[in-house]
Amino acid sequence: MARSMEKYLRPEVVTTPFCPGCGHGVLMGSLLRAIDQLGLDMDQTVFVSGIGCAAWIPSPNFAADTLHTLHGRAVAFASGVKKANPDLKVIVVSGDGDLASIGGNHLIHAARRNLDLTVICANNMIYGMTGGQMAPTTPQGHLTATSVKGNPYRPFDLSKLVKGAGAPYVARGAVVRPYELIGYLKKAIASEEFAFVEVMSPCPTQYGRRNKYDSPGAMYDRLGEMCANFSDADCPLPEGALPLGEF
Amino acid sequence: MPLSTVNNPVQAGRRYLSGNDAAAEGAIAAGCRFYGGYPITPSSEIMEYMSRELEARGGAFLQMEDEIASISSVVGASWTGAKAMTATSGPGVSLMQECLGYAAFTETPVVVVDVQRAGPCTGQATKVGAGDIMAVKWGSHGDYQVVALSPWSVQEMFSLTVEAFNLSERLRVPAFLLAEEATGHLRERVDMPETVEVYNRDYVPGEPPFGTDDPAGIPSMPSFGDGEKLMVTGSTHDRFGFRKTEGPAFHDALVRRLSNKVLSRKNEICRHEGYHLDDAELVVVAYGFTARSALSAVRAARQAGIKAGLLRLITIWPFDNELISRVAGGIKGFLVPEMNLGQVDGLVRAYAGSTPVRSLTQVNGSTISPASILAALKEMC
Repeated sequence: MARSMEKYLRPEVVTTPFCPGCGHGVLMGSLLRAIDQLGLDMDQTVFVSGIGCAAWIPSPNFAADTLHTLHGRAVAFASGVKKANPDLKVIVVSGDGDLASIGGNHLIHAARRNLDLTVICANNMIYGMTGGQMAPTTPQGHLTATSVKGNPYRPFDLSKLVKGAGAPYVARGAVVRPYELIGYLKKAIASEEFAFVEVMSPCPTQYGRRNKYDSPGAMYDRLGEMCANFSDADCPLPEGALPLGEF
Repeated sequence: MPLSTVNNPVQAGRRYLSGNDAAAEGAIAAGCRFYGGYPITPSSEIMEYMSRELEARGGAFLQMEDEIASISSVVGASWTGAKAMTATSGPGVSLMQECLGYAAFTETPVVVVDVQRAGPCTGQATKVGAGDIMAVKWGSHGDYQVVALSPWSVQEMFSLTVEAFNLSERLRVPAFLLAEEATGHLRERVDMPETVEVYNRDYVPGEPPFGTDDPAGIPSMPSFGDGEKLMVTGSTHDRFGFRKTEGPAFHDALVRRLSNKVLSRKNEICRHEGYHLDDAELVVVAYGFTARSALSAVRAARQAGIKAGLLRLITIWPFDNELISRVAGGIKGFLVPEMNLGQVDGLVRAYAGSTPVRSLTQVNGSTISPASILAALKEMC
């Protein structure tokens, strides 16, 4: 974390909660840069998170009002906050297991309802905190603690799901492309409608080790190869590519 | 407790109302500014009322996708400083339990009107029951306290809803109006007061929001946007909200304070009414709609020469065990009629000492008749 962003952190927080190589630190820094560039008033911003590694990005780190909720329910809590006090900026930060599995119904209904919420989903394609179990975003065939022979099921395409549910702003970014990611986050936060940003963020500890990545660096290299910015592409995306951009 | 008297925002005077509408008006009178809910029989009229009235009175209404989302939205809204509520029935109460534990642990004031129907499960959705007595107290995991009030009339659907808000805001706990289908759908006369007494939550800027030096203390409650940089978490936390999950003594003290802040104030919270208790030999302990039948039965018993009395519990949780022990001395027996298989009966037995306790249970989806209670009293003579 750059020192210039420390003003947004609670002084009591001196250590990162994230494992070595986790992408969430880059997401955290990108989010703070987006906030800084927008000049957001942190005293009028509420960060809502659920349960899991990504829920620790705002809580307890950010020096703002934080509501660290139950597993899956962050978007429902946030809806109550926003509706009861529309003057507050409400930003949800949580993971794919939290927002898309146990909280999937809340996510699509919030997109349909179109309250002014910004929902940031750190997608590491696995349950990190509980020990590397299969998530609804785990690619088919990939190895997890509950799919040792490979995930037999198809993953959600979260951005398409939320777009299909009616969200006016949807973007997918990746921690390997932080400058684009900051741009998406800024647009989402500045939007006065429901905005969803899916952020591909590697989990070397639970996902990388099981799926034969030699190092966090190898995961980042692979993620970089997979990322293709479809909004700029003139030609069809290569096989296996992960399309990034605004939906 | 320090209450402020305000003009009742709903139409005062003699009126004819349903119980569910009276509960909704009670919420508005108490200052409710947020309703998040999901339709469920037999409580839906409360939600419909709030959808019509709340926004016009400066509040906000959200129909959520399920009861889990409903209570979650209510907790979120409460942290903005809004008095917030939902209404539901048995299956919805079951779904809300995890979040009710969150509200208890984060000391978030929320009001839940539970218009009880005949359970378990889907049961008889349109029929009366009182099977949620234990569920509202013990339904979430871990140890915590709630407040639950039991109205026996449409008048009390109004007044006890106001009181549920006042207790919830003051104690920072979930508070239930533990109503029943029969009272929710009952239409009867209400004398709507010109003024109501309301409690507005205490906020002292800069004070820690999650603990005091008092082992039974109720901390100051700021709101989002006050600049306090609040940390609200369902994990074990220190008095400033920092997650603190190490140290067994610390967790023990926190859980005990959350319980003791309610239990140490039982004398202020618990209310009951007594009828013909002075010389009573047989005392009917009843609550909610059943107390209406019980009073009728007690009066009939008196005419038949039986020295019967009625102890009507208004507060169910926290349970007034000292009241039961006090009344038990010098009587020949308790009779506990209930529209469940004996949920309060067990509590009465626990505190009745050597006084015999008879349980009269009925779970057929209809109210207990005065004749049933009278017959049981006659058998006890």
